[in-house]
Amino acid sequence: MEIKVNKEKCTGCKICVDVCPVGAIEIDSDGKAFITEKCTLCRLCVKECPVGAIEIIGEEKKKADIDLSQYKGIWFFAEQKNGKLSHVAYELLGISLKLAETLKEEVCGVIFTSNGKEMAQELFNRGADKAYLVEEGNLDEFRQDIYVCLMTELIKKYKPNIVLASATMIGRSFIPQTAARIKTGLTADCTDLAIDPETKLLQQIRPTYGGNLMAKIICESHRPQMATIRPKAVEEAKVIGNREGTIIKEDFASFNAVCRVDLISKEAVEQTIDLQEAEIIISGGRGLGDGKNFEMIRKFASLIGGAVGASRAAVDSGWIPYPHQVGQTGKTVKPKIYIACGISGAIQHLAGMSTSDYIIAINKDPDAPIFKVANLGIVGDIFEVIPKLIQKLESSKQ
Amino acid sequence: MKYIVCIKQVPDTMDVKVDPETKRIVREGVPSIMNPYDYYAVEETLRLKERFGGTTVAISMGPPQAEAVLKEAISLGIDEAYLLSDRAFAGSDTLATSYTLSQAIKKIGDFSIILCGREAMDGSTGQVGPELAEHLEIPIITYVSKIVNIADNQLECVRLLEDHYESLKSPLPVVITVVKEINEPRLPSLKGMLKAKKTAIPVLTKNDIGGNDTQYGQDGSPTKVVEIWRPEIKKEGKVISGEPDELAEAIYQELKKLGAA
Repeated sequence: MEIKVNKEKCTGCKICVDVCPVGAIEIDSDGKAFITEKCTLCRLCVKECPVGAIEIIGEEKKKADIDLSQYKGIWFFAEQKNGKLSHVAYELLGISLKLAETLKEEVCGVIFTSNGKEMAQELFNRGADKAYLVEEGNLDEFRQDIYVCLMTELIKKYKPNIVLASATMIGRSFIPQTAARIKTGLTADCTDLAIDPETKLLQQIRPTYGGNLMAKIICESHRPQMATIRPKAVEEAKVIGNREGTIIKEDFASFNAVCRVDLISKEAVEQTIDLQEAEIIISGGRGLGDGKNFEMIRKFASLIGGAVGASRAAVDSGWIPYPHQVGQTGKTVKPKIYIACGISGAIQHLAGMSTSDYIIAINKDPDAPIFKVANLGIVGDIFEVIPKLIQKLESSKQ
Repeated sequence: MKYIVCIKQVPDTMDVKVDPETKRIVREGVPSIMNPYDYYAVEETLRLKERFGGTTVAISMGPPQAEAVLKEAISLGIDEAYLLSDRAFAGSDTLATSYTLSQAIKKIGDFSIILCGREAMDGSTGQVGPELAEHLEIPIITYVSKIVNIADNQLECVRLLEDHYESLKSPLPVVITVVKEINEPRLPSLKGMLKAKKTAIPVLTKNDIGGNDTQYGQDGSPTKVVEIWRPEIKKEGKVISGEPDELAEAIYQELKKLGAA
């Protein structure tokens, strides 16, 4: 397949030059567009060309080597932490149930743990039909090789149509290797999923190019269709009531799983902050000017029970450790209240927090992009506004 | 010991400017850069050589222009570099990309550690590292924040998960993806820059690296982008300015309404 400009139709308007996310379109000496080798075949230009001069040549619908109809069911990897289901498992269940409305296939959780009966029941109570359970003493611990082996073998044996996992560090580590072992497609970090009502294919929607663009991705001729979902991007499934479900228990020993990498020791990240669980986050950015000014942010946060976040600029300056970083390359958060202090709002930061329920931004620069996503934008100096706000909060507590 | 670092050229998305009238991204003059995470991988590769001896190789898959990031790697001190470039690689998703890299790595051969950045800034999938390990049939350790030692043909390192660090030991060869905590990348030296200028970067095509035709490019890519669009930026809320005290009061009232104060 190739994308080409039909020189007879091209008017040289340069719209395609501007829309190309990789800068692969240039204008030749005749004033017509041409596509260079940088092209990644993303097709954005095809859609945006006002005269239809950009054409896709030689695109064939791929034929499947396998019988796709054998593959049934929506699976999700129910991640657990220290033997308890993580909230991301409920998020995956939530989106799986939504897909099942159109797809009419059963929703199944996959659990690797030491003791998973209660977890399975929790999933049933929230709407799951089935749980595939592998139990073994050490399985609460994430081991890449073991998890890949279990997941791959389960997929080969039961042939699910869709397999989802959260885009946590664990999901992003073992799911790609699983997909590669099965030789199927995998879409990373989706923020939404849907089923195409006609083709019944999974539509995987994700931000790309640093959050500047959204892409819809499909996997036509390989199964299962696999995707990781960004934490906090979709709604959790709620408890419906005491429901029954089927537990399919698989004997761990039957997998012959071997781990090539040894775990020597574990150490908690000091001052554990779980930003993704926090209901209120106060973040500081470049505007703080110095690491010691995070003290003001911490004080503000402690008064309203918030966790402290930071922009990449603040982390890169060494003012606060990396686990606090919110954004494309840090954590994605969706608290009830997000307060951005001295953060300009680079796309990289917005990608990690713009779906928060309520956003307050304080920044000196009235043109700061952070105000575009803020519900309440405060144009002011953080060093004047926040101390006054702290006073108000303190006096209201007395 | 041979250390191979995989790097990618990406558009400088951090510098994206939007034309206020047309709302279109202004592409002109937006440079292509080395993926920011890859600097940490390149730096760690150099440090491995300094600590444990051996040779360093950088590879990149991309259009001919991607040669620039390999030259940059040479200027930083990498010994050799190869550009994987062929029209047959166009339209690769992560599975095809990782396959292509694995074929080149096999061709280069005799490797001990393969290093990648944790993800690329443009696609941000983080999938190529783990998929590459699978094609090479060797272990992978993601999110490595420290290399402790290499001894007895084993790599000992620390990796960062959401809320804890793990110390791990893996037999060689191994693939690692690194986070930025791992080091502080150096700047190129003058000598390095001169060397980079003089060094021709060999290009490897599909024919050079062999393998299975159907696993390259569009054919080897199970996923397909069917639509791409610009996200709508959320409705504008209210933006206010005034005296610090009024502003503090406005926030205070809002927090009260939200039940946080």
